[in-house]
Amino acid sequence: MNDDPLMIAGTAFSSRLIAGTARYPNQQVMLDALDASGTELVTMSIRRISLEGYSGSLVDLVSGRYRLLPNTSGCVTARDAILTAELAREALDTNWVKLELIGDRDLLYPDVEQLVHAADELVRKGFVVLPYCNEDPVACQKLADVGCAAVMPLGSLIGSGMGIANPAAIELICTRSPVPVVLDAGIGTASDAAQAMELGCDAVMIDTAIARSHDPVRMAAAMRAAIEAGRLARLAGRVPKQRFAEPSSPQLGLVGS
Amino acid sequence: MTRLRINGVDAEVRVATIAELLVERGIDPRARFLAVAVNGAVVRRTEWPVAALSPGDEVEIVRPLQGG
Repeated sequence: MNDDPLMIAGTAFSSRLIAGTARYPNQQVMLDALDASGTELVTMSIRRISLEGYSGSLVDLVSGRYRLLPNTSGCVTARDAILTAELAREALDTNWVKLELIGDRDLLYPDVEQLVHAADELVRKGFVVLPYCNEDPVACQKLADVGCAAVMPLGSLIGSGMGIANPAAIELICTRSPVPVVLDAGIGTASDAAQAMELGCDAVMIDTAIARSHDPVRMAAAMRAAIEAGRLARLAGRVPKQRFAEPSSPQLGLVGS
Repeated sequence: MTRLRINGVDAEVRVATIAELLVERGIDPRARFLAVAVNGAVVRRTEWPVAALSPGDEVEIVRPLQGG
């Protein structure tokens, strides 16, 4: 464990990267990428079983090595999201859930009204709730108020690789949030992840940007390094921006002056 | 025969319990990482051998998959 762990609901993580497990070219690349990313927490979905039969799956491969964070992806009603969380708790024996409640199937944008309602109910049922939410300081505050263990504001649309569309809002959320902020969705490359950390995020959630890159294992290593660099830069404190040049070298003793 | 709705599909089955339903569907009830809900409520694994199914029940049988 390093001396700057990520703390969520009393659990310490050395890695500040939460990794998805979808969209990889194959299972071996996924396993190698997860290993290279240094992640300790990986997301999974919950889906209806094929009635053709059940064989072992991904979860057999990752459950012993990583803490699992089931999601409620695809749910459009609080009722379905709550049931999915309860099924995930039964299937995976974890009360952690990445709560997703989608308000628009094309944009995969969160439905904040239902999200707060579902988060409230799941917290009351004993879940550790990490909601995927808008980059909206008020929505994040409401989610923290009902007891969410962290908030997961979007950088940009899920799977878009567009980076952080509204860095000022993300920074505001980080400044004001009483719970950890995990930048979720929209990361495209390593500099986006570093930027999230520099803005003050506590962690970054990445799936597509690693899984769909040309070399997922190498990109996973890049994300790991970027998140570590961004975190260090945040802790170090950047210099203020200014409008004019300020010479770095001493101005006394210039040759010829 | 009992008429159920299983994972969104209507089915006629000759089973009395969730455990029997899983076996009838070719699913080993001892397999890890499964979960079942009936009519919107999770039924714990320990209840599967005794949880009775009634005509019209809506059954969800799920497992984890890759996700983001």
